Amino acid sequence: MVSISAMDDMILYNRLQFAFTITFHYLFPQLTMGLSLLIVYFKWKFLRTGIIDYNDAAKFWMKIFALNFAMGVVTGIPLEFQFGTNWAKFSELTGGIIGQTLAMEGMFSFFLESSFLGMFLFGEKLLGHKLHFVTGLMVFIGAWASGFLILATHAWMQHPVGYEVLENGRFILTNFSALFKNPWLLPSYFHNQAASLITSAFFVASVGAFYLLSNKHITAGRIFVKTGVVFGLIASLLVAFPTGDMVARNVVKYQPVKFAAMEGVFETEKGGSEIILIGQPDMVNKKLDNKIAVPKILSFLTYQRWDAEIKGLNEFADPIHPTNVPGLYYSYHIMVGLGTIFIATMLACAVMLWMKKLYQARWLLWILMIMIPFPYIANTAGWYTTELGRQPWLVYNLLKMADGVSPTVSGGNALFTLLGFIGLYILLGLLFLLLVIKIVYKGPGSNLAVK
Amino acid sequence: MEIFWFVVLNIMLVTYVILDGYDFGAGIVHLFFARTDEEKQSIRNSIGPFWDANEVWLIASGGVLFFAFPTLYASSFSGFYLPLILVLWLLIFRAVGLELRGQVHNHLWENLWDKAFGIASLLLAVFFGAALGNVVRGVNLGMVENGISTQEPHYFFLALWNPTFDPLAEHQGIIDWFTILLGVVAVVTLTIHGANWIILKTSSPINTRLKGIIFKLNVVLAILVVLSAILWHYVKPVPLTNLRTYYWTWIFPVAGFVGLMGQFFIRKFKKDVTGFLFSSLFIFGSFTTTVASLFPNMLPSTNEVNPSLTVYNVAAHEYGLTVGAGWFIIAAILVIAYFVIQLRVFKGKMDDIGYGEH
Repeated sequence: MVSISAMDDMILYNRLQFAFTITFHYLFPQLTMGLSLLIVYFKWKFLRTGIIDYNDAAKFWMKIFALNFAMGVVTGIPLEFQFGTNWAKFSELTGGIIGQTLAMEGMFSFFLESSFLGMFLFGEKLLGHKLHFVTGLMVFIGAWASGFLILATHAWMQHPVGYEVLENGRFILTNFSALFKNPWLLPSYFHNQAASLITSAFFVASVGAFYLLSNKHITAGRIFVKTGVVFGLIASLLVAFPTGDMVARNVVKYQPVKFAAMEGVFETEKGGSEIILIGQPDMVNKKLDNKIAVPKILSFLTYQRWDAEIKGLNEFADPIHPTNVPGLYYSYHIMVGLGTIFIATMLACAVMLWMKKLYQARWLLWILMIMIPFPYIANTAGWYTTELGRQPWLVYNLLKMADGVSPTVSGGNALFTLLGFIGLYILLGLLFLLLVIKIVYKGPGSNLAVK
Repeated sequence: MEIFWFVVLNIMLVTYVILDGYDFGAGIVHLFFARTDEEKQSIRNSIGPFWDANEVWLIASGGVLFFAFPTLYASSFSGFYLPLILVLWLLIFRAVGLELRGQVHNHLWENLWDKAFGIASLLLAVFFGAALGNVVRGVNLGMVENGISTQEPHYFFLALWNPTFDPLAEHQGIIDWFTILLGVVAVVTLTIHGANWIILKTSSPINTRLKGIIFKLNVVLAILVVLSAILWHYVKPVPLTNLRTYYWTWIFPVAGFVGLMGQFFIRKFKKDVTGFLFSSLFIFGSFTTTVASLFPNMLPSTNEVNPSLTVYNVAAHEYGLTVGAGWFIIAAILVIAYFVIQLRVFKGKMDDIGYGEH
């Protein structure tokens, strides 16, 4: 029999491996999804106006897109495999349901994306501009469909619907369409897509700002900054309202204990809850240290009533508390804090753009340029909020984390592969950065002709 | 419904082996037989826009396995944990090699990623052959020790090898002399297959030489096939029940035989596509013969205590399988359409696409 601590270690290594590989993986698709839209926009703009700079912009971003896409594919395959390798019991029990949406992702979106990506990257000459635009559109549709089906899988784990549990613990599907009518799905999907667009818009604007500040590729720099700011402003607003608000309402309704933990509300307050801006959770005394808070705002934002009651964490039994309350609390606050900064930055840029002063405002271009990593952090923090908040469950309220792990894979084997992934992904990450910097440094327009 | 998904899964798997098989094969040819930079470039061009889409068949097959046969997916993926993770790492290396090579023009950099691409292709071929060997040989389901299961009856875990490399030892390993033999068969098969693809998609000077190489390798392959058929019988006596009961299943071994024999006429083919069709036929025939002779088993048990995993005891529930068939048929039609479009856009030789320059 496996000892308790060996079992704990095994679960820990399996969790760390999945968390590490999926966190690293998602750095790429968030750019893929948003950037595909921006490239299609550049290509469309070129077709409409005939201005060659837009075609150059599309071609320039396609180079980064291709590299980014390849990274997404190679780091994505391990995720599908790991359901079986590391979470065999979970796969066995729920495969009839989540296998459904995952298999659909493969069949409907990966084939679409990969078939047309080849034509998009190599086919400009063979196809002509119009058909080339269509292949880009197909890649965009494939990428966004993929996101949709993954979010459908995610939605089922957070808020299971359309299932029945058999005596042997197996989940069977009883209603296929319920998977897509899941109230959790659409708010999460739109929230996630808006967040992905933020990453891409900031990326494009940031590269543009770099060109303007270093006084080279000026035309391209202006196009990038302008497009990035317009898309970035829209996306930053959408991610907060209405999509973020809708997601939060789902959490209050279906997962009140997650809501209390992420907001840092330990006690139920009569007459309305305050919103926490800053503070550190103290899990021993079950309270928040050094807090700065604004009274009654949380109640109002949640229920539109100043005195609405919000259940505090201490009202829920310990075993159903999220296993890492401080991690969850910080993730959520980092996401919200950065989201606020994104809106402020993009609003300032948009106003200056409208006043035709943005390209000369070096201080603002500097801010735009150094913002590049923050949308990645915000996206990651957002996913940590939702997934740490799901703990200790794999399937919310139905299947615990510890009951989903592979029974025969020892902790030693899991640690071995975890270390391997860490080493390999550090190498991948460094190479990716190096090559992106190289492509950016070389810039658009120059010797980009397809051989 | 289980049977429908069994057929679908195997069609997808064999399609994957034929498609990604040629680009693994191209990698092996690239490693061992390409001499000049031009030859190497044309080999990479031949698979440039395709390899990525080919790998999607692996992901999609994995998805179908997950959803239609969750118990088999859970059991085999956790049981074959180490080799699967190694396969993932190799796939990553290979892809990175292909994508990064053209990004920096320095011959050390190019050499490094050429080797990564070639060696990863070679090892992947070995692993996939060995994987087939493991399935054929069967595993100790339930990890039975002295007649008692130490795990649930459908779970197991295999070490990479045991000290004797003996497939019949009590504690089996992924790598033993039998599975390694099938690994070698896979390498030779895919090298021939990849060489045929290169001949089909390029007009490289390497092509004439490749035809000679294919002929010699095919002699080796014919010997290996006979040898492994005999040893297979020694490792796990093969009941020919299915072939005896359902005469139509003879189609599969006959297809494999025709594919193998046809390759001997490589130097006489008028069209470049003929060789590729024969090597595809051989892969199709040998894969389906194996699957058909195992049926209804999908993963045989090597002990008396726990039953083999079969099509019937690992499948998902009926309702899910039925609605799944609905969307799958729509998706399959779309996939065929993309495939046709892709072939038409990139018809003919690929010498001028400048792969790796994008």
